[in-house]
Amino acid sequence: MIHFNNVSKTFKRNRVLDGIGLDIGLGERVALIGSNGAGKTTLIRCLLGEYTHDGEVAIEGVSPRTHRTQVLAAVGFVPQLPPPLKMPVGQLIGFAAALCHSDEQRIAALALRLGLDVERVRQQPFVKLSGGQKQKILIAIALGRDAKVLVMDEPAANLDPEARKIFFELLAERQHDTTMLISSHRLNEVAALVNRVVELDMGKVVLDDRVADDVSLSGLLDCRIRIKRADAAFDKALSAWDFRASPDGLEWTGEVAGPDRLRFLGMTSRYVALIADLSFSETEKVSPAETAA
Amino acid sequence: MKELWLTAKLDIVESLRARWFAIYCLVFGGLVALLFLFGLTESRVLGFIGLSRLLVTFIQLTMAILPIFVLITTVRSVAGDREAGVFEYLLSLPVGLAAWFWGKIVGRYLVIFLPVFAAMAGAVLWALVRGIEVPWGMFAYYTALLAAMGWCFLGIGMLISALARSTDVAQGMAFMVWLTLLLFLDLILLGVMIQEHVRPEVAVGIALANPLQVFRTAALALFDPQLIVLGPSAFVILDNFGATGYQFFAVLYPIAVGALCAGAGYLFFRRGDLP
Repeated sequence: MIHFNNVSKTFKRNRVLDGIGLDIGLGERVALIGSNGAGKTTLIRCLLGEYTHDGEVAIEGVSPRTHRTQVLAAVGFVPQLPPPLKMPVGQLIGFAAALCHSDEQRIAALALRLGLDVERVRQQPFVKLSGGQKQKILIAIALGRDAKVLVMDEPAANLDPEARKIFFELLAERQHDTTMLISSHRLNEVAALVNRVVELDMGKVVLDDRVADDVSLSGLLDCRIRIKRADAAFDKALSAWDFRASPDGLEWTGEVAGPDRLRFLGMTSRYVALIADLSFSETEKVSPAETAA
Repeated sequence: MKELWLTAKLDIVESLRARWFAIYCLVFGGLVALLFLFGLTESRVLGFIGLSRLLVTFIQLTMAILPIFVLITTVRSVAGDREAGVFEYLLSLPVGLAAWFWGKIVGRYLVIFLPVFAAMAGAVLWALVRGIEVPWGMFAYYTALLAAMGWCFLGIGMLISALARSTDVAQGMAFMVWLTLLLFLDLILLGVMIQEHVRPEVAVGIALANPLQVFRTAALALFDPQLIVLGPSAFVILDNFGATGYQFFAVLYPIAVGALCAGAGYLFFRRGDLP
């Protein structure tokens, strides 16, 4: 599906990619990890045909640089930093839909599933939206078409827990017929989303490993937390995850999306002195997409 | 073609919401308003009165303002968009590079030309309402000159944007280009060169190659057909081109310069890193 053959990129005298060789098959979900300057963004830009480079990059045997429109029609991209576009949201969606031969309604429906009503922000400049709203629009544009490859740079970073849950469901719906490349600084941000990890360092692949694929993208975990005493900050943090408290405020219950468990534990670790007991159990509930599959 | 128009439309919408566009409209709209306000249509200079007097003044002022305005705003917004990640995202969508680049030029061209034209057209409209005689030939030629001037400096701006990797460098280059063209006007360095007895062919060659000087001479030619104010160099121009020939040259040459620069810009853009 995606083929990198001895790909190198040099900016002036700085070699950012150094002979990258990778083959990524259909249905693979690859975490592209590495520290700042490792070469993740450069590799993604080579894949999108935006950078010139040595070596060969191809998607289904076709170069994204020389056959841009053909290749990019099948690639959905979510950048880490939303572009500061002044145009209204409706215009951006219309532009993307027209270029990708997609349907504005389909994109709007996806945004709605993520919790953003496009009609309410249609006339607003994209740049004026909140970080989470921008991310939802960009995700909806990337997923709102028949992309065979999804390239996402920290896609869930700005999403609230509920939107992340839906986002994982959306990915689950596409996981069998789409190849995903998810870039992140840290593996724990994306570990549960992927079945393969590629780590870059100084422009080289230093790790290429399969990971256990047991976590369902759309699975849910029942979670129960008992705390020693009521705490306003903890209350606020768990409320953001849609958890419910017992009348005395000492016991909290709620659901956590399977791929979000590490992030959730990261959040709770801030209150470790407060927590008396924490348990997860896999629930029978799955997303409608999983049921359909 | 659809991609080109989509990109053009996108650029127009982005520009309409940008601060530079508001200032741009204010400058040219305000200019015409001020000229009316100060009663320019009632004054007489070199036999020019009424709307022709206003148009002559407007084109002279526009020649001073428009090139630097077009250069700076074009390179700022294009290089700025690249730096801010706008290119990274929009060029990840399936749009051809030719459609993107030329679509941006088309959109930008409409945005820079229409306000200047609208200001001039507004003046004509007002003259019609007030019963002032409208010099239609002059209006048409000045419109062509403005169209050529806008295109010329937009092409240069797009070339600079394709070459420069950062907003600061792009702005610096744009300013240097403008300054160089300005210095080689007959009023400044070119005049000094002639005083220093540089060969007339060199001086006239530089004058004819400098789009700013070409516009200046063409604008002068309308109210001074013998180009007396230019001195002996007028003979070279009139002998080689004739008055009408020079009018055509003054429109076609800048269009060619703009097209060449835009074409070169496209080649650099296509060959290099996009974001």
